[in-house]
Amino acid sequence: MNKVLFFAHLRDAVGEEFLSVDASGKTVAELKAELAAKYNLPKMDTVMTAVNEEFAANDEVIRDGDEIAFIPPVSGG
Amino acid sequence: MMYQISKEPIDIQAVIDKVVQREAGAITTFIGTVRELTKGKKTLFLIYEAYEAMAVKKLEQIGQEIEQRWEGSCVAITHRVGRLDITDVAVVIAVSTPHRADAYDANRYAIERIKEIVPIWKKEHWEEGEAWMGNQLETVAYPSGKPEESDLNE
Repeated sequence: MNKVLFFAHLRDAVGEEFLSVDASGKTVAELKAELAAKYNLPKMDTVMTAVNEEFAANDEVIRDGDEIAFIPPVSGG
Repeated sequence: MMYQISKEPIDIQAVIDKVVQREAGAITTFIGTVRELTKGKKTLFLIYEAYEAMAVKKLEQIGQEIEQRWEGSCVAITHRVGRLDITDVAVVIAVSTPHRADAYDANRYAIERIKEIVPIWKKEHWEEGEAWMGNQLETVAYPSGKPEESDLNE
């Protein structure tokens, strides 16, 4: 299983801080598209993805146990 | 702990004290505070949220980049999360270096990098509503799903 974390406006859209999904074998892009469709997530083209707390490319394949996080454009500082 | 996310008000002097070193001839401190007016719109308060584990790692990365780029530099950064009122301190960056020009340059580099790669978000609350701030102009897209090398190493 995989923990998928949401932040900022994505957390509001999903209504949860995280979901547990089985994403192993899928690419980052596939998971992103799947969840975007399911939860009608806005502006996903500007959203980065982290796998195990490091930025990951869209073609990276997710393994069982990986922690995924969707990272909207950041606004710290 | 040179890089921290804090739920409590930041002790500015404590951040500065972390970068004191005998080799230093300068310490610059950046204190980011909550501004009331942005383009004429009045902010009531802010909520900062972080992906804490990754945010600490990315602050560490920024520190490593600075220490490679400016010889002899030492960096400490603390970013606040939670509810912040107008004038509250959101972030403190302290950089010490042997010479003052580097301390200014490296400190500026740190805040610009925070705004690029550290997973922290602010939600603005106004009298008439609220919104998560990001790249509001939507000028930044990541077609590959992550920042490009040019975004990360500029």
